[in-house]
Amino acid sequence: MEFKTIIFYVLSAVAVLAALRVITARNPVHAALFLVLCFFNISGIWLLLQAEFLAMALIMVYVGAVMVLFLFVVMMLDINVERLRQKFWSYLPLGAMVGLLMVAEMGMVLSGKYFGLDAMPGQTMPADYSNTKELGRLLFTDYVYPFELASVILLVGIIAAVMLTLRHRKDSKHLNPGKQIAVKAKDRLRIVSMPVEKDQPAAGQGE
Amino acid sequence: MFGPVSLTHYLILAAILFAIGIVGIFLNRKNLIVLLMAIELVLLAVNLNFVAFSHYLNDLSGQLFVFFILTVAAAESGIGLAILVVLFRNLSSIDVDDLDSLKG
Repeated sequence: MEFKTIIFYVLSAVAVLAALRVITARNPVHAALFLVLCFFNISGIWLLLQAEFLAMALIMVYVGAVMVLFLFVVMMLDINVERLRQKFWSYLPLGAMVGLLMVAEMGMVLSGKYFGLDAMPGQTMPADYSNTKELGRLLFTDYVYPFELASVILLVGIIAAVMLTLRHRKDSKHLNPGKQIAVKAKDRLRIVSMPVEKDQPAAGQGE
Repeated sequence: MFGPVSLTHYLILAAILFAIGIVGIFLNRKNLIVLLMAIELVLLAVNLNFVAFSHYLNDLSGQLFVFFILTVAAAESGIGLAILVVLFRNLSSIDVDDLDSLKG
């Protein structure tokens, strides 16, 4: 057995076990942490497939950003787990049947000769080949229009998330920035000329 | 089975992850936040397929597609979690059974 094969089996076994724990964990925080483990192992598998840039992007984008977002939301919500777990296992027979059926069907199709090493031998790249460089070259030439569209999607995501969760409380005190900037000195401060006070107390009165 | 890793291995691993995601949607039918995590698992399985095919066909377009899927999935989970927070503020619950105000 090759070293690469051993790595593949270890990574995929941990990924599958972590995925199983994601869907069965009682505590949503544990589910999120197991999802992090699953993403981490899949990123290792992408390294085996020589997709280095995407493996790092998966770690940074998913583990670093999306899963932290999940954890924040889970911890902000006060969830009654017991109520959500009612009749949890009663859905298992149907779900397991559908899942096993899907795996069996796809296994029958995929384990044929069409996807074996004879039909599709693996690629070995030269040592100075840079996956990131090639991806960048394609991204900024052939795929530049989808790339710009992706940025628009992210902008829509930002604005939608902010507008959905924004709320104005009635008792909160806030400033109107427009009014604040438009204010002039004479609106706030009035200089009046007054006569100088002349009558001083007589000297030597207290002696 | 224990020879060099072929495309079949990756595709079957992706199929197993996809099935686990679907079973997760069945099992956590009430819990909206684990439902979102199951959707992430399904998307991950799809991405694994793309990367595996991209490697064995020696075509980088598959990896670029994964790049865009990651972008859309990040936006999707951001908006999904925002909706979840608003929902919890209004209902004090994330049980899917409580979302029946439309009586559909």
